[in-house]
Amino acid sequence: MKNKTKNFLIHLTLITVCALSLIPFLWLLSTALKGRSENIFAYPPVFIPHDFTLENFKEVLRLVPIIRYVINSFIVASATVILNVILSALAAYPLARMEFKGKKIAFFAILATIMVPFQTIMLPIYIITLKLNLIDSYSTTMGYLGLILPFAVNAFGIFLLRQAFLTIPREIEQSAVIDGCNSLQIFYLLLLPMIKPSIALLVIFTFIGSWGEFLWPSIVLTNEKLFTLPVGINNLSSTFSADYRLVAAGSIVSIIPIVVFFLALQKYFIQGSQEGALKG
Amino acid sequence: MDTKKNLAALLFLLPAFVVLTIFFFIPFFQTIYLSFFDYSKDIYSPDFVMFQNYIELIKSPLFLKTIVNTFYFLILCVPFLVIFPLFLAILINQNIKGKNIYKIIIYLPVVISIVVVAIAFKWLYAPEGLLNFFMESIGLSHIGWLSSPKVAMISVAIVTIFKGVGYYMMIYLSALMSVPKELYDAADVDGAVGFKKHMLVTIPHIMPMIALVSTMSSISALKVFVEIYVMTHGGPLDSTKTIVYYIYEKAFENLDLGIASAGAVILLIIVMAFSILNIFVFEKDKYSI
Repeated sequence: MKNKTKNFLIHLTLITVCALSLIPFLWLLSTALKGRSENIFAYPPVFIPHDFTLENFKEVLRLVPIIRYVINSFIVASATVILNVILSALAAYPLARMEFKGKKIAFFAILATIMVPFQTIMLPIYIITLKLNLIDSYSTTMGYLGLILPFAVNAFGIFLLRQAFLTIPREIEQSAVIDGCNSLQIFYLLLLPMIKPSIALLVIFTFIGSWGEFLWPSIVLTNEKLFTLPVGINNLSSTFSADYRLVAAGSIVSIIPIVVFFLALQKYFIQGSQEGALKG
Repeated sequence: MDTKKNLAALLFLLPAFVVLTIFFFIPFFQTIYLSFFDYSKDIYSPDFVMFQNYIELIKSPLFLKTIVNTFYFLILCVPFLVIFPLFLAILINQNIKGKNIYKIIIYLPVVISIVVVAIAFKWLYAPEGLLNFFMESIGLSHIGWLSSPKVAMISVAIVTIFKGVGYYMMIYLSALMSVPKELYDAADVDGAVGFKKHMLVTIPHIMPMIALVSTMSSISALKVFVEIYVMTHGGPLDSTKTIVYYIYEKAFENLDLGIASAGAVILLIIVMAFSILNIFVFEKDKYSI
């Protein structure tokens, strides 16, 4: 095949796929920008609004505390990220670097958690969360903790950082031992800074995962003040199902933070997922 | 010295194990334990019933239907999620302009919450929505995307595929980068071109990755929930009710903890078959001591 035709076909295919990836969101945006006088079910469909307005955005922000949801999602995702980094790094270090009794047991216990989907154990997790009073009806802080703690560490993070520790040459550590550093110092001052790229990956993917999480918050949350974005937006879509302009406007507002986050860090996203590091 | 070293290692592991014990190990054993009790008569004093819940589930037409639905959903998604992202990755991996822009746009649905993606599709699937306009304009009749029991599961699968393509494409891209250039040169010498070159060189080389994507996408298909919860609530006529949806309903709506737990154990066994394959065969380097 001629090179030019081939290139043209490749671009054509990829542009089509890109268009398909964007259309659902663009259609939502278009709906959100249509005024009251415009029929959102018009045949043929209208992509560029005739009666262009930002009124739906103002209205939905007035009726629904979306900014509150954004703050909640941010608190929960940030705390989840911080805990994951600390707990995964601490656990990964001995698994990669030390010989100790029970290492095999610890290793396989963590590995086993990969095999068990959250969905199969969510009921007892809920029972335990209730018993520990980690719910929003007890207090706001406890409500947040109930959203955060069950996801404070996971096996993928531990294995990701363990892999990173394994790639650091042993000699570096040995010279530090000779200099009289203890395990904690070696871990914190020497090894941790060397696995920064993997920590960045863990931060990004944990943040995205936590930000998009729906099932668990929808089970534990009862107080609208603590709704995270996915729960809030789902609630909004059933409350205003008769007015799709508002649902669309709310949905668009809700994706702005994560899209900005993604575009700002796209370099890491692309590197990270190419390393096949984490699974959704 | 040895005991000191053991102690240090255990202290490092302790925080993670505290969390895993409370939110993983205990719930795991509790799921199995609860599955032997009948909560349906009195939630405060359940009866020990041995395997009665399992027997009841296996006899329940609705539960069997959710198993069939789940595997139907898996068959709808997995082949597409294995093949199409590979095709895209091969295209993007060519020497073309604008690679990164393509990657970013195709990856975008991966970062957006499934709730919003499902809401966006619900709007496209509306009876008077964009998709039915499209059907009309190519001379076909309207489809009840979410209202017809025959079509609804396909509509849900489209959403899952839409959300997943970019993710698996990136995984394939990394695998493609690891194909040694010399292999292609050798194929050139042998006179292989274009598509044939890929069949000869690329596919065998990334076969392990194809296997991995198959099990990964199967596992997430078995766990499907949010798309269904937002778009169909398991309807119409239970046609999109999956195992996880069934467990969710039994646990949190009917408060039938025993049946929900037995259902969860059955799902667990199915998922484990796939994960064991994953961990001990396809990714054994990553998960070996």
